[in-house]
Amino acid sequence: MRKLEEMSTNTLPTALAEIVDDFQALTEPDRLQLLLEFSRGLPELPERLKDHPELLEQVVECQSPLFLTIESEKNDDGHLAYRLFFKAPPEAPTTRGFAGVLHEGLDGLTAKEILAVPDDMPELLGLTRAITPLRMRGMTAMLGRIKRKVAAASRLEH
Amino acid sequence: MSYPVEQNEKFASYANPERLVSTEWLAAAIADGAVADGKLVLVESDEDVLLYETGHIPGAVKIDWHTDLNDEITRDYVDGAAFAALAASKGISRDSTVVIYGDKSNWWAAYALWVFTLFGHQDVRLLDGGRDKWIAEGRELTTEVSRPASGEYPEVERNDAPIRAFKEDVLAHLGNPLIDVRSPEEYTGQRTHMPAYPEEGALRGGHIPTAASIPWARAAAEDGTYRSREELEALYLGEAGLEAGDDVVAYCRIGERSSHTWFALKYLLGFDTVRNYDGSWTEWGNAVRVPIVKGAERGSVPSALVRN
Repeated sequence: MRKLEEMSTNTLPTALAEIVDDFQALTEPDRLQLLLEFSRGLPELPERLKDHPELLEQVVECQSPLFLTIESEKNDDGHLAYRLFFKAPPEAPTTRGFAGVLHEGLDGLTAKEILAVPDDMPELLGLTRAITPLRMRGMTAMLGRIKRKVAAASRLEH
Repeated sequence: MSYPVEQNEKFASYANPERLVSTEWLAAAIADGAVADGKLVLVESDEDVLLYETGHIPGAVKIDWHTDLNDEITRDYVDGAAFAALAASKGISRDSTVVIYGDKSNWWAAYALWVFTLFGHQDVRLLDGGRDKWIAEGRELTTEVSRPASGEYPEVERNDAPIRAFKEDVLAHLGNPLIDVRSPEEYTGQRTHMPAYPEEGALRGGHIPTAASIPWARAAAEDGTYRSREELEALYLGEAGLEAGDDVVAYCRIGERSSHTWFALKYLLGFDTVRNYDGSWTEWGNAVRVPIVKGAERGSVPSALVRN
């Protein structure tokens, strides 16, 4: 059963909450510009994944090809943290931009932190009208896929 | 004022050569100052709402298929007032020569061109090969957003009937040629959306009875340009079985891919009556009691619907 969660930034990890605040402080055209900056900031895949596309999963709900995977590692506190990896073509800046938001907002967090992010978090960015609900669906699917993968991985590791 | 039409051998074989321009021609027109002085208005229209911002042809303005051309509330296109405001803000006047280009072999550019045609804009052309060909040839791009001087555009009432079909029109059209431009999986009913694309919610899969399956991209060559007249004839007259003078309806999922085919049938092969059914599968696949055929066969029109 999916829990009903309050749409607020309270349950967002600090980095993601800051990103949401940044978006919300802007006008719509500037939000698009910020999303474009996130698309430019999306890190390249590390070499070991570049040569192994089969290790990445495609999020088919995205309008443009978007592949992602997660890896876990022990953080400084001895907790398991999850690293996020994305691949999206430069011709798909909207998809890349959202991957960039999730990367900056969630990379290196624990399963508990990632799973606490509300499923409809993308709506908080205030882009739905400018990007259209259709395009937002891919964004929501990307977050959903990350959460499912993290949930599955954390079950295996506990 | 209309800008001169490109003359070349490939275009000359098409029914309406004045509807296409090549990347070479456009580069020369830009170098000539035609875009800078507003004689020619260059419009980019892409699937991705941010692609223009990553770099576009110098002087191009952006028109987004969804946020600019679709009405926000009703599933319809914008009205005359909104279109006039949009056009004027992009530096387009009623007599402007407009060249549209975009990503994915001009899939969205053709859609924008079709919407311009609903408003009866006279001189609107496609850049053959679109954005990808321009980039593949290493031509100039810029991230500088163009801010053209405002155009003067009258409020024109849209004239849908000649090139747009509604569901009722398609029901009345049954028995006449239909072209389904979706993927083979969508045509057979195996799936209701494009491979690797979002599920857009159609309750039934399959195709409109008797529709020929010619996926839209088959009209484009590897470099995104339209195939030659001969190749297009083999595809639509040969394989689909169209005959000169046919009244044709093309459809896809929401009317964008079929705009690319509509352009080929209307302007390259010269069919007089070609309509784009923009309701397409997201309407037909959800409509109550409309006939549907599943599988690879075209099927036949149910006898109750055959009109004399």
